[in-house]
Amino acid sequence: MTNIKKKNKNTLLEKEKKLGLILLLPTILIVLSVVIFPLLANFWISFKPVSLGDLRPPKLVVKERIKENLSDKSQLAEIQYRYRNSSIKYDLENVIIKDIIPNGFTVKDLQPAQLCKLKLKELTCNLDNVSSRSSGKIILKVHKNDQWQKELDNPKKTKPLVTFSSKNILTSLEFNTENFKKVFSASEFFEVLKVSFYYTIFGTAGALLFGLLAAQILQKSFRGRSIVRGLLLFPYVSPVIAVAFAWVILFDPFSGIVNSMLVQMNVIDKPINFFGQKYTDIIIFGYVFKFPLALSMVIAFEIWRYFPLSFLFILARMQSFPEEVYDAAKIDGASPLQQFYYISLPFLIGIMSILFLLRFIWTFNKFDDIFLLTGGNAGTRTFTVNVYEQAFAISNLGAGAAVAVVIFIFLLTFSLLFMRYSKKETF
Amino acid sequence: MFWKYGLFFSILSGGIWGVFWQIFFTVVGILILGTPLSLELSQIMIIGPIAGILYIKSQKHLSIKFHLTAIIIITLLIFVSHLGNPYQAEDENQLIIFMLILLTSFFLWLSLNHSLYNLSPRKLSKHDIESFFIKFMWGIGLIILILITLIPFYIMIITSLKNQQSLILNPLDLSVNLNTDFKTLFNSYIELFTNFNFHLFLINSFIVSCTTVIITLFFSIPGAYALARLRIPNKKIFSGTVILIYLIPSIVLIIPLYAIFSYIGLRNSLFGLILVYPATTIPVALYMLRGYFSALSSEIDDAALMDGLSRIQIILKIAIPLSKPAIVSVGLYVFMIAWNEFLIAFMFLDDPNIFTLSRGIMSLNSSEIPQQHLMAGAVIATIPVMIIFLYLEKFLISGLSAGGVKG
Repeated sequence: MTNIKKKNKNTLLEKEKKLGLILLLPTILIVLSVVIFPLLANFWISFKPVSLGDLRPPKLVVKERIKENLSDKSQLAEIQYRYRNSSIKYDLENVIIKDIIPNGFTVKDLQPAQLCKLKLKELTCNLDNVSSRSSGKIILKVHKNDQWQKELDNPKKTKPLVTFSSKNILTSLEFNTENFKKVFSASEFFEVLKVSFYYTIFGTAGALLFGLLAAQILQKSFRGRSIVRGLLLFPYVSPVIAVAFAWVILFDPFSGIVNSMLVQMNVIDKPINFFGQKYTDIIIFGYVFKFPLALSMVIAFEIWRYFPLSFLFILARMQSFPEEVYDAAKIDGASPLQQFYYISLPFLIGIMSILFLLRFIWTFNKFDDIFLLTGGNAGTRTFTVNVYEQAFAISNLGAGAAVAVVIFIFLLTFSLLFMRYSKKETF
Repeated sequence: MFWKYGLFFSILSGGIWGVFWQIFFTVVGILILGTPLSLELSQIMIIGPIAGILYIKSQKHLSIKFHLTAIIIITLLIFVSHLGNPYQAEDENQLIIFMLILLTSFFLWLSLNHSLYNLSPRKLSKHDIESFFIKFMWGIGLIILILITLIPFYIMIITSLKNQQSLILNPLDLSVNLNTDFKTLFNSYIELFTNFNFHLFLINSFIVSCTTVIITLFFSIPGAYALARLRIPNKKIFSGTVILIYLIPSIVLIIPLYAIFSYIGLRNSLFGLILVYPATTIPVALYMLRGYFSALSSEIDDAALMDGLSRIQIILKIAIPLSKPAIVSVGLYVFMIAWNEFLIAFMFLDDPNIFTLSRGIMSLNSSEIPQQHLMAGAVIATIPVMIIFLYLEKFLISGLSAGGVKG
């Protein structure tokens, strides 16, 4: 009896296992093909000297032309095949061009004779190697014979058939570490590293503090609170492209409102290019201090756009907190600041550290915002913008992929930290 | 110590509120009138504290009549202190200037009424001082928070309603002349829909976003159910991997995706986008829905199993109906991600006929196309998200707070 029960239980378990895997299979497949495979491909590309142009596979362009008049029987006509290797980088190997010469023609001469053969009506030219950028001609001298029919016998009717093999840099087994050398040795590497961490640390911490502040303000109930809560989420839910361009226009040096307002009020004497100026001098007590303007603006945008998120989390956590504890503290004579410092803060520190780590990872990965605001210029080039810059602006896909690998390694480190930490917290 | 007296705080808050509202209404004035107004703060720095003292000294007999008198007195004081010509504006705008001053005094008094209410002018306890500060900061904080959040949106809308000439002539004139006819006012929008194919972009964005939502839900609901309920080996590792994948940004994947999709010829197509988007949203949806499904009581499932329902039937007849709000919020969140997505659309789409809104707006970002068109495009892209957001705020907020760590 117990045996049967055990057996039943086991088959049930087996069934569940199977069903579970079936239900998860589509997800696994999609994620494998669109996330994991590209991720591995990125590693692959990062060890190869691939440029944007390599994505267009090399091709042999063949053009067929007819010279001289074909209508006269006695006259010789010429059929020309001009071929050209369109690639500027790769040689083509085992090149074979085939075409059918219509019955109505008799071939008198064939150039180059050593490479081309005419078997029955089939022309086969074994060109072997066609080096990059080179071109050549195959010339057939023909005249019409008795079988010629006007409509059927146009030599252009059959397209020449081309086969060749070529080295493909993407699939070949050639690897080198040039891309990584380039990424790490460049003097800008440390600049990029510095900017990335500045942006990430200040952006994350700023958004978190601002969110905490907003949550404190909105914790108190007042008329219209739910409306204000909705309003504060606007920056986060709107498309990044819309709000980023709104900021650009707001701070535009020529027609931006902020600049003209500051000039009108005599705060500054000439407009400031907020998103285009790397440094601005700030004088404090006679000491000139270089302030990274564009980077700070980008960080300000990051804070503005993402504080609603921290705000939402912190507010939700605060509202789940029992009111009685505060009442008890009040009776004990704790001042509001003491209440905040000794009750609210310890209670919130868990969610805040989780939020900090997660937002840290996401801010580190942020591309759109910086790209849209400054294009990575004026001292705002982070790793993510550098991927784009290397791969698509300089057309060096390999170097871009190498930067992406660096990002991924950072990401992995942060995530492992996060996972270890979040185990202690219920999230 | 003088700074422990309520009187000191009334002076302080009077000064700060005065300066705050003076700046605020000067800016408002500049925006309404479109002419330069000079910002003078020295007068209000004296009048504000006087108002503070007036308030705290006469707290025992506050009545509506007293409030009104006080506001009028402050207004007169401001006028007199500026020698009758505050802001040094032109004479023709006197009425608006008067209104601005009146509003400045009104809000100054209102703020004082909020932060000084029930505060004694005598020596205060530590508790009272802190309460005062918190109340005071609360007011200023709330106003600044709302302003900072909304100003870029205001600029967006106003700029989109202007024409090139008035933008260049005076960038500060942010008033909207509602007397102009519909066609001039919405010129940029009409232009975008007639000459820049924005109707196509709107349709494309809807197609891509809705398809992404459908595909994502179709795959993530059974997946999340399996993770929440079924006994699968290595479930922990699987869940961990889901979170990890959910953290991988598209910038790390964009180069190989670009290369592969170029090779197989899917790059410049909406189909390619529809293939990529769900792969980025399924892990998020899986992660969020798994949480919801685990929160459902498993006893219902067991009872249903006893009654002979299969797991698939349980998903269809029990899990989905029970977690409808959760599914709606996940769906909305996914819609938002797909609608707002920029990088992949920007890299993949070259053909203007299949642009999504994000890609379409990017194509407006050139020196040849006037700013107001760009802003009109931004408004067009923002409005659908806002409508969804305002209409379904409750759902969306729960969605945001469950999965919102992404983005």
